[in-house]
Order: sequence, then structure tokens, then C-alpha cells
Amino acid sequence: MSASTPYIGRSVKRLEDRRFLTGTGRYIDDIKLPDMAVMAIYRSPHAHARINAIDLTAAKAVPGVIDAFCAADIDMDLPEIPLRLAPFDGFERFLQRPIADDKVRYVGEPVAVVIASDRYIAEDALDLIEVDFAPLPAVTQVDQAAAGDTLVHEDAGENMATRYTVGRGDADDAFRRAAYTRRERFTTNRHGAVPMETRGLIAEFNPDTPLLRLHGATKVNFFNRRHLAAAFDLPEAAVELIETDVGGGFGARGELYPEDYLVPIASRRIGRPVKWIEDRRENLTATNHSRDIVCDLEIATTDEGRILGMRATVQGDMGAYIRTNGGVVASKAAQFLPGPYRVPAFSCDVQFLVTNKTPVGTFRGPGRFEANFCRERMLDMVAADLNIDPAELRLRNLMEPADLPYRIGELVPGDVNATFDRGNYPSALNQLLDEVGYADWKDRQGTIIDGRAYGLGIACFIESSAAGPPETARITVAADGAIEIRTGASSVGQGTETGMAQICADYLSVDIDRIGVLHGSTTLVPTGGGTFHSRNTVMAGNAVRMAAETLQARSIELAALRWNTDASGLEYRDGAVHQNDAAASVLSLVELAAFAQSRGTDEALAADAAFDNEGKLSYSYGAHAALVAIDVATGVVEVEKYVLTEEIGRALNPAMVQGQAIGGLVQGLGGTFLDHMVYDEDGQLLTGSFADYLLPTSTDLPDITAIALEESPSEFNPMGFKGAGEGGIVAVAAAVGNAVTHALNAHNIQINDLPITPDRLRAALRAVGA
Amino acid sequence: MKPPKFDYFAPDSIESALALLTEHGEDARYLGGGQSLVPMMNLRVAAPSALIDLNGIAALRGIRIDEEDRLHIGAMTRTRQIELDATIARANPLLHEAAPHIAHIQIRNRGTIGGSLAHADPAAELPGVVLVCDAEIKLFGPDGARSVATGDFFKNIFSTALQDGDMITEIVFPAWPSTRRWAFQEISRREGDFAMIGIAAWFDLDDAGRISAAGLAAIGAGDTPLRLSSGETVLIGQAPGEKIFAEAARASLSDLQPGSDIHASAEYRREVGGVLVERTLKAAWERSS
Amino acid sequence: MTAQHSVTLNVNGTAHDCEVEARMTLADCLREKLDLTGTHLGCEHGVCGACTVIVDGAAVRSCLMFAVQAQGVQITTVEGLADGDTLSDLQQAFHDNFALQCGFCTPGFLTTAESVLAENPSPTRAEVQSAISGNICRCTGYVPIIDAILDTAKRRREGGQ
Repeated sequence: MSASTPYIGRSVKRLEDRRFLTGTGRYIDDIKLPDMAVMAIYRSPHAHARINAIDLTAAKAVPGVIDAFCAADIDMDLPEIPLRLAPFDGFERFLQRPIADDKVRYVGEPVAVVIASDRYIAEDALDLIEVDFAPLPAVTQVDQAAAGDTLVHEDAGENMATRYTVGRGDADDAFRRAAYTRRERFTTNRHGAVPMETRGLIAEFNPDTPLLRLHGATKVNFFNRRHLAAAFDLPEAAVELIETDVGGGFGARGELYPEDYLVPIASRRIGRPVKWIEDRRENLTATNHSRDIVCDLEIATTDEGRILGMRATVQGDMGAYIRTNGGVVASKAAQFLPGPYRVPAFSCDVQFLVTNKTPVGTFRGPGRFEANFCRERMLDMVAADLNIDPAELRLRNLMEPADLPYRIGELVPGDVNATFDRGNYPSALNQLLDEVGYADWKDRQGTIIDGRAYGLGIACFIESSAAGPPETARITVAADGAIEIRTGASSVGQGTETGMAQICADYLSVDIDRIGVLHGSTTLVPTGGGTFHSRNTVMAGNAVRMAAETLQARSIELAALRWNTDASGLEYRDGAVHQNDAAASVLSLVELAAFAQSRGTDEALAADAAFDNEGKLSYSYGAHAALVAIDVATGVVEVEKYVLTEEIGRALNPAMVQGQAIGGLVQGLGGTFLDHMVYDEDGQLLTGSFADYLLPTSTDLPDITAIALEESPSEFNPMGFKGAGEGGIVAVAAAVGNAVTHALNAHNIQINDLPITPDRLRAALRAVGA
Repeated sequence: MKPPKFDYFAPDSIESALALLTEHGEDARYLGGGQSLVPMMNLRVAAPSALIDLNGIAALRGIRIDEEDRLHIGAMTRTRQIELDATIARANPLLHEAAPHIAHIQIRNRGTIGGSLAHADPAAELPGVVLVCDAEIKLFGPDGARSVATGDFFKNIFSTALQDGDMITEIVFPAWPSTRRWAFQEISRREGDFAMIGIAAWFDLDDAGRISAAGLAAIGAGDTPLRLSSGETVLIGQAPGEKIFAEAARASLSDLQPGSDIHASAEYRREVGGVLVERTLKAAWERSS
Repeated sequence: MTAQHSVTLNVNGTAHDCEVEARMTLADCLREKLDLTGTHLGCEHGVCGACTVIVDGAAVRSCLMFAVQAQGVQITTVEGLADGDTLSDLQQAFHDNFALQCGFCTPGFLTTAESVLAENPSPTRAEVQSAISGNICRCTGYVPIIDAILDTAKRRREGGQ
């Protein structure tokens, strides 16, 4: 670009903050519409049961209750919630409908709905709903699911939703040739995104207009609009998804869920707007869980630790239904198992098993967090077995710049072109080692001071970003000079408005204070891609750039008309069009907007753009290091220091990038030590409140250094951006697991299962007499 | 998560509170700080027909030292006040040390000592401290005022000597000798969570430097807070030191009766309970030497 | 008395007369009756801290207090922190430190921090961490929030407040 960039690359303060700081944000529960009712959902208390009868009589009789209904009362074919991602063959047998009909398959599945004048009354009515359930045995573990003695979906005839094998090279041959092999089983704990704002929706459904307006939508509004329109037999134009402020997403918020259908159905039934706000107890069983995999991993190396091959079986616990995210978690775990290393031969059996638990979906770094944990733990075991320093082992195996770009092979069915783009993986690791003072640590692993055992663990990662459909942007300059960006991308709280405004301000050479950003709603732009896979800065950011470039050209066109001159002599700079005539004439954007307006309504000073990366993904990569101190007698682990490097191509807003890294890292510490959806053998969730489902808090923090590297700008967009939202989380369990193992090296304690808890650590230490 | 309906009354005296409770039947409850009861109501696992709010009763608040140097704390005294009060810091430093472990500031700003004792969560801090200090719990009920020793107060999980109509009015702590050593330690999943296991300890020394009296109590180690009398017995008459502390810890194991839950196994609680007995005794000893 | 109760709530210096059921929580009353929707509900069982408001100087969970109990007390919500269009120093420090992302937990952190700083104008980093340990943030990893509170404390001390 020709202009200077006073905004891109700088820690511009966030445009969103003022309303959030003053309590004037507009989250979904802050919106009240005239004549609005609320709904509440009766959810299954059983993990697996037949529904014999549902009696809503008493609930309907509660004063203030407007209506109540169950599946039998709904006068339409109940649609299946569609697959948005990783829609593998076989999944079609396990899709969820919005409300249970003859059978419930997890605790929390919707069974009936009450509509009332307020939430207090709605909950009074829920207490009076009587359902005659005939409980069935619950399937709660993947091996139990694989055995198939109890079927979650009888019609499917099995609990294996799908199963495939992927790989590259001849893995079996690699294992035959190997000087060294090892096999381990790893598990990653079921947990979830758990944003601070629970989900919520308001539907206004007028079948006569027709119009279905759904407030509270986010993430992938255009996909969701298409499917909701089909479900309700409406033209897409009659469905409006309106985005509000959103209190965090992390993968879970904004997917289609049962409630996205039930709230419109409720509104249509009573002819009034209906609000549903998920409460926290609902949230922990109704919103997607994630991470729940079992991985049997084998590695084959030379006696110098050079990797010859890996073999694995990955079993994903999908919960009771396959929801919109399809097979993302387990398929991405398989795809990312070899990671940033030279693994010439790889074979992975990937299994998707259905159980009587809450369905799963994506959570920040889906599959990557899991794969990194398994592989990086294994590498440390290899290093110990072969007496090679763990960092040295990694440096021996990391792909070098000369190896890149590298086609990784079809490690997800159908994904034939996946290619790691250019980069320097050893550089990211070496900078981490320098920052954490690794050389000094080699002899200090396992040191015990005052009963505390110290260990330093490292882990490398690679992670993709910016998949999916094109993203759109429209920039309009109003006659008063205000500049408005509209984009199909959503904001789930990550600072999208600020980032888009930075790019626009630089590419139009204007002051950022003139810029407003509207996002997400289907009413803003004709189409859009949405927000997932760390794609906003890459996809929406480049759409904004292209729209700004087009707007520059449009400004020159208009100036040429205004001056009645040839466009070739005109130049756009400093927020205005300049003519190199004797008078050095200038037309500002304000003047051009007014001129455009004077020519008629179709002549606005505006520009549209869509950015399509044609599926060419950029891969961020880097390394994590955790320093832990373990109170050996109590099993309490303190992470004292944490360093991470993450190559992100180019930082749009370094402070916001830092926020993503640290925020992701702390979420990762939660997944490593705390977050755990625990089920008993009857399929009851034992962690159904925040008293038992533990999220990290402010006292659980290490001293953190997060270093964003900008060494290898993406080749696939002119600004060089890669995603930066997930590198902070994906290697946390791996680095911490390695650190704990090193700290306890005197006792040969291996961390193969998450979460790491004092109880589990002490049990392991007790078993070896420590 | 909205609470079910209830009748609400805010009396300004103990007597009128009792009259209201009696009038509204067995499903009526006293409301203290509400930090345990209201979550249960929001979750609809508790559904009292009426709440008699004790927050307006001045007679239930206050901290004072009597002529026998005993510490009196009104049942409706907030936990945060216990944490910050200078009189308590002097008159029962063990209570002062334990208070910051209770939940979080917002909870401590509302929660009360009487409420915590009446709720009787076996992993809660205040019941353990009250027990180890041999405090007296003053009650007022249909038969008037009476007093219960803490050793007789905690009956089972969430179950106490409180009878229908009883309220806790005051907790009276015995005088605290100025030379007493004390410590409180607990292990929880996160700061502010209920303890997986916690130990409160104190001991006094005679002129010969031997332990003349001792208190050891555990929280999170059974259905009630537990007095570890086997460990106490070991200490009496002995000179403080790591060896005797370790012996007391070993002896205490037989008094622990922990169960398992999703946060920790019984084995963990028992084992780490022993570790904490040793550590609290050591911390108590090092405090003075 | 299942009937409605009349209560006067003093919120951010203004008295509001409300008719409420006994069971209406203070949080719901602020949000539904007074339209002060800056106080957010994140869990409704007293763990997450999003609904924290200041009652007579003390940070409390407004989901664990009934509106009828708030008769006669002074309540400060997030809407009462700024001076007109001017952010308070604490709000400004949150902005300057990137101490919020989605913003949902932010009101609870601000109210908690204000009450804690009033009690302890010179907190250590560990004291700040402990003071806000009853507030959950899923976005920021807490570090910038702690920085913002410490910055505010420092500025207030230097400013002689």
C-alpha cells in the first residue's frame, strides 16, 4: 500500500470499550421488545430414557403461563440441525431435532417448553410438568459405545457415527524399520467453552408478513439464516438474524442449537416476541461440550530420535448427537497429530462414537489442544528413553524452512490440498528457549527445594486459521463525513470493531474516530462468511482493505466527474482526492460524499468487497514453555512462569494479539487443571454448577510472557495476517504436562490424562511410594 | 434459575422473628446472609414457604469482649467484618487467619458466622474454627435461650443441634491466652473454593516449655468438622518439635473420616490431612520461635 | 405476604420506588424494573461475580440478595461509576490496559475493584488477585485487569485522593 499506516500494527485502544465500561452494552438479555414473553425449557433429567407420556396440564394452569408445548404439539416437520463443518458420511444418522419426541439421549435434552410472562413464572410451571420416563442404560464411555450393547440411536444399528483411516507414507513399514518405538494412551478431558454470557435469543415470528427476526444471533449468521429459512419454509429474505453484543464465544456460541428452532416456534405459537435466556445450569448441559477424546499413539524413531512414523487411533466422544461442528474435534486432532515435525509416515484410525452425554462441538483450538498434548507428551517420553534433551529432540525433527511449503496429505477426508505455508519453526522454538533460559534448566529438572519439585516443560505447535467461505465488507461515506463499515463477520467480544476500523482508517488515510463498524447481522450485507477458526482479521480484514481500495477508486471516479477531468491525473491521498493542477485542487471524502448524494440515491460514496482466500490457509506456529513447582506432599501444582512464542505473520493490534494469547493461555490452564465435565455411570453430569465446574480465576496465574512473532507474513493476503486467536491455548496442556513430568522425574510420573489434579498426582505418587 | 415463591418478613427483634417463624410453619426458614440458602433457592433445591430475614435485628450483630476475656460475636456478624476486625485479630487470631479463606469478598460481605454454623457444611472454615476453639453457641428458640457446646452442635452433613424454631444468636469463644500458638491451612481446588481438606490448630505451653493444651480440627474430612483428639493427646506434655508434630499427624489419621467426591478421593483427604496437621503445628510453632 | 412489596431502592444516588415480589432478586429488579442492564447475570448462584454491585460500600452478589432486602441501602451499579461522559479513572485504566474483551464480566470487576480500593488504597498485586478471585473473566486471562486496578491505585495515591 502506498499510504502510511498509523493504525495497523499499533495498539489502538478499543472502540468497543466505552459501552462495556459504562454498562450500556446491549447483550441479548438487555433487549426488551413490546409485548414480549419469555420461555423456559423442561430438560431431560435422564441420560437415556423412553418418553411414555408428557402432561403439561398443571404447567399450563399456572397464572401467567401463556402456552406450553412438547414435540407432539408442534405442527411442522421437526427439522434436523444441520452439519456445518466436517460432515462425514454416516453422521446423517445421528442428527438432532430441536425437541425430544419418543426418547431422550442426554441429560439436558429439551422435552417441553413453557411460555410465560416472566422467567420466575416459567420456572414455576416447569416444576409442574410431569413426564413419564422409562429409563434405559446409559452409554458414557467410548469403549462402551464401541461395544454397542446399548444403542443410543437404535435405527442406526451402531454407536459408531463414522470411522475412517487417514495417513501418508507407509507407517507399518516405518515401524518395522524403527530402532525405537513406544505406545501410549492419552485422554483429554471433556470440557467446554463456557463463555460468561450464556446463550440467548429473542424471536419475532410473523407468519403473515412473513418475517422471522431472531435477535442474539452471532458467529455464522448467513449459514444459520439459510437453514432456519429452510426449516420454517420461508424465503431467506424473510429471515433476519440480528447480532447483539456477545459475551464471549470461543467456538460454542452462535452455532445452531435446538433453541434456535424452539424460540421461533414459541413466537409463532403465541404471535408475540419470545425471549429465551439460557441459565447457567442449562448452559452446562445444553451448550456444546468439547475436547473429549481418547488417543492411542505409537511413535517410531531412529536411535537418534528421528521420527520415522506415527500410528494412532483417535476416538472422539461425540455425545448423543452430531451437531453442527460435525467431526471437527477428532478429525482435527488426527490431522494435527504429526504437528510441525517431519513425520514421513503416519496412519490414523479415527472413530466418532455416540454416547449419552451432551453433544460436542468446537472449543478454541479444536483438535489442536488435544493433538498437541498427545504428541508433545510422547516426544518427551522418547527424549527420556533415548537420553536426548527434549528441545534437541524437537529441533532434530522440526520441519526446516527448506521443507516448506509442505503438503501434509489428505489427513482429513476430502481435504486433499492442506499445505503448511512458509515459516521457520525452529526459530520460534529457539526464541522460546532463549526467553525462558532453557540452557540453565537442563540440570535443574526435578530439583526439590522445601518440598517443592521444579520442572520446565516445552511444547511446539502448529495451527491453522482462516478457513471457510469468503467474507464481505461494505464501506460507506455519509455526507457528514462519517464512515461506516459493514461486514458479514461477527464479533464475539474479541475487538473486531477496532481491528476493522484500523484497517479502514489506514487504507482511506482518515482518522479512526470517524469510523463506525456494524457487523454480523444479515440485514447489513447480502452475505457473509462468519467468525470462527481465527478468521476475522484475515478474512474480514482483507475484505475491508479491498472495500477501502475500491472506495479510493470510486472517489477518484467521482472527483473526475466533479472536476470534469480525466481520472488519470488524480491521486487519492490523506483522505481526499488531489489534482496535480496549478491550484492543487482537493476534494475531501466529505465533499465527494455530498457530491455523490447530489447525483441520486444510487450514487453513494460506497464500496463493496468480498475477500476469498480460496481455501489457502495460513498456519501460525510457535512454542510454549511452562515452569512448575509441585508441592509433592499435597500434589498442588503451581505454574510459576509461562512463556509462549506465536508466529502470526503480522499483528494488526499488538495489545489485542497479546490479549488473545494470554486469554487463550489462561483458558488452557483451566483445561489442564480445572475444567472437567464429569459424568457418573448413569450419565448424570456431576459438574452442573459453577460450584463444581471450575474455571480458572485470578489467583491461578503464572508470570506470563507472550511473544508474537512477525517473521513470516502470510503469502495469501497482502497484509500478511494469520489468525492469532488460538495459539495461546493449543499447547498449554502439552507444556504443563511435560513440566510436571520433569518436576517429578525422580518418581517417573507420566501425565497421560487430563485434567492434572492434586488428587490424581498424589494417587500416582502414592503408587510409587512417594 | 429463579427462586420459588415465599412469604417475606423482616422483624427487628429476636422474639418477633421467633413468633413469625412459629406462625408460618415448618417450611419457614430464617434468612441470614443468604449466601448458602439463596443459591439453593435459585437452583430450586430449597423452597422455603417463608423467609424470616434476620438482617434487621441489631441484637444479633456485634463483636465484644466480656469481663472474662471471652469473645462474643453476634450471629449476624458478616464474615468480612470478622476478617477485618481488630478486636478479633487480637482476641482470636486463629479465626482472623481462617476468615480470608472463606469464599470470596462478595460472599464474605454478606455471609454471616451464624449462617455458616447453621448451614454446617463440613468443608466450611468457620465450623472448624469454632469447634477447635471449644466455642459456645448461644441459641434462642421456643423454649427460650440456651447454649450448646460446639462439640455437641454439629450432628451430620448440613445437620446440627438446632431444633425447629431455633436461631443462633451468638458465638462465645473462650479467652485466648496471649502465648497461644495457632495456624490454619487448607487445600482447595482454587482460592475461595470449599476446602478439600483443612486443618485448624493451636497449642499452649507450660512454664517448662511443654504443650499443656492443644486443639486440632479438620474440615472436609468427614460429615462434620472433626476434632482430632488422638493427635491432641499425643501433643500433651511434649515439647514442640518436628518429631512430635509428625507423630501427632500420624495419630490424627485415625480421627479423619473423609469421603470421596469429584474433587478429591477419601485417600487424598486422609493423606493430605496428615500432611496439614504436621504443617499447621509447625507453622504454629514457628510463629512464636 | 405473597403479594407485592413496596421498596425504595437508592441506586447511583437516585431513589426508585418499586413493587416487587419477595422473591425478585436485587439483580433482576435492577435489570427488569429499573432498566439498569449493566449488571449482568452470569450464573445466578453466587460464583461468577458478573452481578456484583456495591451495597453501602461493600461489593455483593446481587443475585443472592432480594430486592426487598435493599430498602434503605445505597446501591452503586456500573452505571453509576462514570461522571457524565467522563469515564472514572478505574474505567479509563481498564480501557488503557485492554482489560476487557467481550465486556460481559466487566461491570462486576469494576464494582468489586471500586469497593476493594476504597478499603485498601495500596493493595499488593497478590491482594488484588485475591480480591477479584470471586469474579470470572473468560477472555482476558485477568492479567490486564490486575494491571488496571494496580494502575488506578497508584494514580489515586499519587493524586492524593
